Amino acid sequence: MRPFDYSRAADADTACTAACAPDAAFIAGGTNLIDLMKLEVLAPSALIDIGHLGLDQIEEQGDDLRIGATLTNAELAADHRVRRRWPVLSRALLAGASGQLRNKATTGGNLLQRTRCPYFYDTDTACNKRNPGTGCSAIGGEQRNHAILGTSEDCIALHASDMAVALRALDAKVEVRTAGGSQRRIDLADLYRLPGDTPHIETCLAPGDLITAVHLPAARGDRQQYRKVRDRASYAFALVSVAAVVGMKNGRIDHIALAFGGLGTLPWRDPDIEALLTGEVPRTALFERAADTLMRDAEPQDGTAFKVALGKRVLKAVLTEVTA
Amino acid sequence: MSVEMKIDGPEQAQGDQTGAQAVLGYAADRPEGGLKVTGAAPYAAEPCPANMAHGFLVRAPGLGKVRLTNLEVVQGMAGVLTVLRDDRMIRNAAQGTSEGAPVQGVDQAEYVGQPIALVVAESFEQARHAALALRVDTAGDDLVVNPQDAVAADDDIDETAQGDLESAFASSAHRIDQTYTTPSLISAAMEPHAALAEWDGDKLVLRASLQMLKYSRTEIADCVGIAPEDVRVLAPYVGGGFGSKLGICAEAVAAALAARQLGRPVRVVQHRRQVFEVNTRRSETTQRIRLCADMNGQLTGIGHQALVSNLPGEDFAEPVLQATHFAYAAPNRLLRREVLRLHRPAAGSVRAPGEAVGVTAFEIAMDELACAAGIDPVALRLRNIPRNDPESGLPFSSHRLAECLTDGSRRFGWSKRPTAPRQQREGEWWIGTGMAAAFRVNSMMEAEARVVLSAQGVRVETDMTDIGTASYAILGQIAAERLGHPLSRTEVILGDTDLPPSSGSGGSFGAASTGTAVWLACEELRRMLAGRMGCDAADLTLKDGYALCDNRRRAIADLLDGASVTGHGRVQPGEAGDKVRQATTGAHFAEVAVSDMTGEVRVRRLAGTYAAGRILNPRTARSQCHGGMTWGIGMALTEALIHDRRDGHVVNRDFEAFHLPVNADVPDLDVAFVEDRDDWLGPLRAKGLGELSICGAAAAVINAVHHACGVRVRDLPATPDRVLEGLV
Amino acid sequence: MKLSFSVNGTPRTLDLDPRVTLLDALREHLQLTGSKKGCDHGQCGACTVIVGGRRINACLSLAMMHEGDEITTVEGLSGEGLSVLQQAFIEHDGFQCGYCTPGQLCSAQAMLDEVAEGWPSHVTEDLNAPAQLTQAELAERMSGNLCRCSCYPGINAAILQAAGTKAADPA
Repeated sequence: MRPFDYSRAADADTACTAACAPDAAFIAGGTNLIDLMKLEVLAPSALIDIGHLGLDQIEEQGDDLRIGATLTNAELAADHRVRRRWPVLSRALLAGASGQLRNKATTGGNLLQRTRCPYFYDTDTACNKRNPGTGCSAIGGEQRNHAILGTSEDCIALHASDMAVALRALDAKVEVRTAGGSQRRIDLADLYRLPGDTPHIETCLAPGDLITAVHLPAARGDRQQYRKVRDRASYAFALVSVAAVVGMKNGRIDHIALAFGGLGTLPWRDPDIEALLTGEVPRTALFERAADTLMRDAEPQDGTAFKVALGKRVLKAVLTEVTA
Repeated sequence: MSVEMKIDGPEQAQGDQTGAQAVLGYAADRPEGGLKVTGAAPYAAEPCPANMAHGFLVRAPGLGKVRLTNLEVVQGMAGVLTVLRDDRMIRNAAQGTSEGAPVQGVDQAEYVGQPIALVVAESFEQARHAALALRVDTAGDDLVVNPQDAVAADDDIDETAQGDLESAFASSAHRIDQTYTTPSLISAAMEPHAALAEWDGDKLVLRASLQMLKYSRTEIADCVGIAPEDVRVLAPYVGGGFGSKLGICAEAVAAALAARQLGRPVRVVQHRRQVFEVNTRRSETTQRIRLCADMNGQLTGIGHQALVSNLPGEDFAEPVLQATHFAYAAPNRLLRREVLRLHRPAAGSVRAPGEAVGVTAFEIAMDELACAAGIDPVALRLRNIPRNDPESGLPFSSHRLAECLTDGSRRFGWSKRPTAPRQQREGEWWIGTGMAAAFRVNSMMEAEARVVLSAQGVRVETDMTDIGTASYAILGQIAAERLGHPLSRTEVILGDTDLPPSSGSGGSFGAASTGTAVWLACEELRRMLAGRMGCDAADLTLKDGYALCDNRRRAIADLLDGASVTGHGRVQPGEAGDKVRQATTGAHFAEVAVSDMTGEVRVRRLAGTYAAGRILNPRTARSQCHGGMTWGIGMALTEALIHDRRDGHVVNRDFEAFHLPVNADVPDLDVAFVEDRDDWLGPLRAKGLGELSICGAAAAVINAVHHACGVRVRDLPATPDRVLEGLV
Repeated sequence: MKLSFSVNGTPRTLDLDPRVTLLDALREHLQLTGSKKGCDHGQCGACTVIVGGRRINACLSLAMMHEGDEITTVEGLSGEGLSVLQQAFIEHDGFQCGYCTPGQLCSAQAMLDEVAEGWPSHVTEDLNAPAQLTQAELAERMSGNLCRCSCYPGINAAILQAAGTKAADPA
């Protein structure tokens, strides 16, 4: 860990201004940042602690929910409103990490967590995400928890969040405060960038941009499910996960939102699948087509080839159950 | 004075010679439990002497000649005291009982991750940062890192052949010929390897996390270049070992050298990522197994060929075939092991070296044969239990496999099992059961112990370690029983080379070996007390601090007359090993659920029935078995070290990606012991237990997966993708 | 940097390199070595301590982030004698080597509070029903604490006994 200046921000303005300094970083829970700083994968020169800005509240806004960025994952998962009306979010959170980590990790931090690609973590290997232009060690190396959707020749790193998968299926928006003091609201879909040839740039956030809250609109479907497949029963990242939010009407799929973890370089959502399913009567052949659509552009490596079949099966099973 | 014993033949005394105290064989609490649950037990990295400096090891990022390119910059960094590069630093941990230095040197990286320098600084944060800032170049050799690119040299091939396997195989009624693979594995004790070195003149005091202090003392002395007498090793609490702390490790040698150079105490703790590469791993194995049997399921041939690996210059070779030599009878046998020289981290002992992987693969093969022959898996094993060692013809010292199989299957309810696979379903989950036998060689090691008896009570002293194995409990129970004292007045001092040299902890021999030494030390004291009572030691009863014989009763404290007396015991292995085949056996039964959708496997029940001699403390013995069985779950389902195919480095060197079983992976575990009294073990009649329960546990799980869903996984671990491959 | 917090009810003031984690502050600067460093990356749970009533991994938190906080370590779990939970760990052989034990204890203590507050877990069937401490719930909730000696059966029996839910046979 390189030496750094630590400061506890008194207010959001100060925090955003301070974060404009070169190599400065916000710290909230720190569960991923400190992990990476110890290995010097990340080496900020200044840490601005935003843990005491009062951004840890949940407010109801009509039928919507505004979730403070520094609310812990544990508190969010346990919130009664979330459990009742957005259960897929509670489920996704509870399927991630451990009780201890969820007590520290925050909403904003979870969204911005970095990939667990082992080569990203290993500063003795090449990695375009860590050191742009050095190459991708995972391609031609060992893959397992890597992406098969949204990959590029320069990076196949997976987005590791469970929470973000549920939030994508729930059409969440992210509230961002800039260093200039202005606020903007962006779709979660627009927060993330595909790796392309700049895998080190993962979001559309500029220096000094602070996620202050996540806006959760009323769920459009009352049938919600989060299914996560992993290598052990608990405390492991997803091999594949599916978040589904479905509304049925007269035996037909009236509304459906599907998001995927363990497959994409960002929390994955594919409007074509949803278009295919909307208005249809649930049936096996339809689900087969949905699964084929999900994987139509998949680019697996040797080590991730299994995710094509696994992803399809999990999607079909989730669709079968959630529409039944 | 000392009571010495060499195990040359069966113990003559009858029965268990249980004393009157009634503590040995009972479920006593661990006496150090209070310290452990309050955080007061001091592990190696915890003492903090004044002026202590912190060291952090630096790894080679590649293979070949090592060059540091910014040494001066790093030496000038804040807090940095030295960047130690010393030819006496070790390449990898010493193998168990090696007594001398392992391969030394820092100029040539033989595997990626090899420690090639130590950065020492005033604080841990400074040392870690400077170590990461040190730029290390490696260049040169194109070294072989993958098994498929290597061929074993003649010196690295062992073969035992009897009869004619090929002919027997060709003419058999039932046969299987399959190849199984197990990946590199790691001990992964929860306490990272740590050492604190302090010099007092020319004498080194090393607080370390090690299993066998007598050997480690000579190893470190040899590494540093001093006499063993000038080294004192202290390891009163060891946070797990499982083989990874059998021999001296890199941090200990580096700490000792740095402390001497700087003239101040130096502590070095391996970072968890280093633990994954600089100690020893369990070698990956490729095992081709051929079994053939007659119409009745009587084995006519056994072929077991194993490929393992290690670095050049390492004597250790994973003894995959160790149990195959004696597990089952068959007249035609071909056992062959080849060691490939690969530039991966060194291979060495990990809990039950040999059997953990060898029995596992073999017991999967036995299940395949049972399926092929249409014979119940338990019946197949019962049918092939040898009367004597199938190769040497020596008798077994005791052999309770049949009881383990029959009692175990009754406890588990094996008979209710449908014969064919894919018969039971609960929602998306296939349900099935499987079983496997367990085998582990048993050995005894030289050990000494001292027991001091005084008015205050009993004190046991030996350099034995307690790595979670309950040495504190059972050594105290033995002494309390033999000397008639309550456990509350019995103290056990361990983990200090100033005390008599024990067997150390390893190979499951600790309890039997050092326990016997304690027994013998007590014997000397019993004779002394008998003399003072004017009776024969055999007629002496000791209980609650009193000596009784011939209707006379005197307080032991009175017999001592204010003085303390010391007994010394020493046991050595003798000719027993040439006269009998000695082993422990057991039977594992598993019930699993396999998701038809995802290939995920959940173990719902796991049961083990074991024969391991006299059980000294049923509670701690059961815990040991829980451990081994859980390792079996890990080996079956989740654990694998992944080597990068380009340079052999361990890719998943953390607990995020190397998946130990977590609490939710482990169901309630059922453990039972069958009565087993092996006379060829001295008066204690205890056998090793810490490793037996891992030997074959994974096979029971894998066989249950097959029974559940019909998928036969031959490449471990059975992760969802591998199971799914068979389900799709 | 100057820092003040309370550890096991005692106010403490330290002057630390900002890089020092909460775990190293406890172990190296306050000589409270009960909290263990198993992986230093939040992957094993041996460093679990209770901050403001909640269990966290002390290795993944900078000491500086805890200005003013109330911290409980394993050294603070017992009062005059051992706590019910500590005693139950001994009775049920909930440890072997003992290295993960302080983390297991702190984790279990805080986990029981989470259940009491009705927090659901991954295996909770009905998110809106009161939380029950079943075997499956316990195992899931304690899965952030690895034990390589694999004392999970003993640990779980001890926690259940301490929770007053069920007394299991210790031997």
